[in-house]
Amino acid sequence: MKKKVISTLLATAMVASLLAGCGGSGNTPAQDSAPADTAADSSASEAEPAEEAPAEESSEAAPVEEQTLKVAAFEGGYGADMWSEVVAAFEASHPGVTVELTIDKKIEDVISPAMKAGDYPDVVHLATGREAALTETLTKEKALLPLTDVLEMTVPGESVKVKDKIVPGFLDTLATNPYGDGVTYYAPMFYSPCGLFYNAGLFKEKGWDVPTTWEEMWALGDTAAAEGIALFTYPTTGYFDAFTYATLSSAGGSDFFNSCMTYEDGIWESENATKVFELIAKLGEYTEGTTVANANNDNFTKNQQLILDNKAIFCPNGTWLPGEMADAPRADGFEWGFMAIPAVNAGGAGCSFCWFEQMWIPAAAQNQDMAKEFVAYMYSDEAAQIFAKSTAIQPITGVSDSLDGDNKMFYSIYDNGATAVMGGFASTAPVEGVNMLDTLCGTVNSIVSGDKTVAEWQAAVEEASDKLRAAME
Amino acid sequence: MKKVKGKSIFITVCVAPAVILFIIFMLIPTFNVFKMSLYKWGGYSNTKEFVGLNNFKILVEDMNFFRSFQNTVLLIVCVTIVTMALSLIFAGILSREKIKGQNFFRIIFYIPNILSVVVISAIFSAIYDPNNGLLNSIIGIFRGSDKTPILWLGDQKLVIYSLVIAMTWQAIGYYMVMYMASMASVPESLYESANLEGAGKIHQFFTITLPLIWTNIRTTLTFFVISSINISFLIVKALTNGGPDGATEVFLSYMYKQAYTNSSYGYGMAIGVVVFLFSFGLSALINFVTKREPLEF
Repeated sequence: MKKKVISTLLATAMVASLLAGCGGSGNTPAQDSAPADTAADSSASEAEPAEEAPAEESSEAAPVEEQTLKVAAFEGGYGADMWSEVVAAFEASHPGVTVELTIDKKIEDVISPAMKAGDYPDVVHLATGREAALTETLTKEKALLPLTDVLEMTVPGESVKVKDKIVPGFLDTLATNPYGDGVTYYAPMFYSPCGLFYNAGLFKEKGWDVPTTWEEMWALGDTAAAEGIALFTYPTTGYFDAFTYATLSSAGGSDFFNSCMTYEDGIWESENATKVFELIAKLGEYTEGTTVANANNDNFTKNQQLILDNKAIFCPNGTWLPGEMADAPRADGFEWGFMAIPAVNAGGAGCSFCWFEQMWIPAAAQNQDMAKEFVAYMYSDEAAQIFAKSTAIQPITGVSDSLDGDNKMFYSIYDNGATAVMGGFASTAPVEGVNMLDTLCGTVNSIVSGDKTVAEWQAAVEEASDKLRAAME
Repeated sequence: MKKVKGKSIFITVCVAPAVILFIIFMLIPTFNVFKMSLYKWGGYSNTKEFVGLNNFKILVEDMNFFRSFQNTVLLIVCVTIVTMALSLIFAGILSREKIKGQNFFRIIFYIPNILSVVVISAIFSAIYDPNNGLLNSIIGIFRGSDKTPILWLGDQKLVIYSLVIAMTWQAIGYYMVMYMASMASVPESLYESANLEGAGKIHQFFTITLPLIWTNIRTTLTFFVISSINISFLIVKALTNGGPDGATEVFLSYMYKQAYTNSSYGYGMAIGVVVFLFSFGLSALINFVTKREPLEF
């Protein structure tokens, strides 16, 4: 009797908790119906802000719909203040809208638990290429909202369309249209040219010329080696994505680059790709001896410090480097220098990968219309000025003119003849055990330390490319 | 009858919370890991595709997984042997010998255990620094400082042993304290009579101390397996992130990379299942192999 009662009760408890456990996945229908709800009240809000926004500010009589917009933003090197400011400005110009801003340096850790439970932010500012790969995962899962109609929207408070304000070229890349089908899913936000940083003071002191071709580069490497200075270092192998993209494009042109990014058969074993692999291998011979040991998350600043200490000459990086190393000690007469990567083919143009952060709307967002409005607002002069104050430069015509000092030099790299390279690997369905960036960039450590040969590296990249091509649609 | 019924209800009510919590937080998640390993899923959307054992089929051919498997086994074996030997020796000395500052040493050895792994990895990055690091500076005294520095975290053949050192340093204190606790309960009279019989210290250690704390050692062996798998993930994550070029990838860091960075959550869970079965199996094996008739004192 006693046993029976206990076991009955325990069984009931088990069944109850099992049901509770299943409940987690059971709330998907509710979530599915959510877009329909917002669609219903969208007709009102859609017309409201875009066209009536200026009028609304004066006329209190218009019924203002109270709504909240959940914005999640990555706190990068530009700081968090500019986001609070932009959000405040957005709220001021959109009465009735309250923005719930979540901002964090590890934003994916903050928002993804809720997302798994079906509670999505409306707008997310988070670039691709992060370790947690939240942006890529949602792309691969086809869980993003196409931004085609945002590009056609008029910028709030202005009379220009969003797509006309964005610098030409920024919307035709795999970094905005991840499936390569011409549909934009990521709005391009702050951009940063990537290239080689060096100590301009060192060149003056030694009377060296800044090399413009790889021949001059190797010659400089030999000269510097005699003085105990290495030609090259890199923070971590992660920085070789920008480096490889730029050199690939320089070696074979933009069509070739796109073929590489879309995993065309045999492309990584082509003559142009071989040039790039061999170039990086040769650069490996000129790389500072301790670089590999410090090329990890804990110690990468030690590699960057080599440039400041005149122990290595060039370091690939983005424009955030001077800010990152602002408080580090440096050699006398140190002065930041920045140049594009020299042309791979003799007589060609130098090239620089243009890295930018992205903003996107999850397909499961509740308040999609206001989310689109928010994305469009990012391209208003008002918002752009707030961002530019923190040196976060959006690809809006004329914004980089407001820069001064070092930043002006960094952003003028394309005015000096360097080709801008944009994009990244096309999104495919996830392939288990295959990570293209790891294979392409991570292996550089083994090439520098001599643990792998160029042929092995090239074969591995081609193999990964073959597997990913099969997963593309 | 009524009394019996009331008692059983009382027992059930007392036990129920623990049982319910156990089911919700242990059984269901574990069951889910097993279930998800049969799906192809990115982790967020509703598009879960049932693929049967396909994830395991891919796993068997994934050389990167085997490398992480090798690294994990190497860490488990090396860390367990070195840590167990050292902490037994230290525990033996500290509990049997009269040394000045016994408590001081006990605290010093235990300190690494209360440090966060991030702090430990920062300490070891400083120790392993190729140019100004503690280790290379000391070695430089003997081999001359003009030689090329040893890259503790850069040499692919060496880097996994650099992790062994860090993990051992981290774990010694904890196990030492555990061994000391059980050594303290060994009756003094046994040692006295052994002394009278003329047994030496080392002989006493192997014939009295070790057999009498055997149950404790067995328990800690299981701890070693579990903590090696867990701590290696934390240390790898903070110190090398699996690098250079995957040379320090371990079970869980590879699982993390597949489940998140590579958007293959289902595949990551398949790795999780292998890790689960492996650690379970290894613990069971160790338990079986070390089974002895318990000695009473």
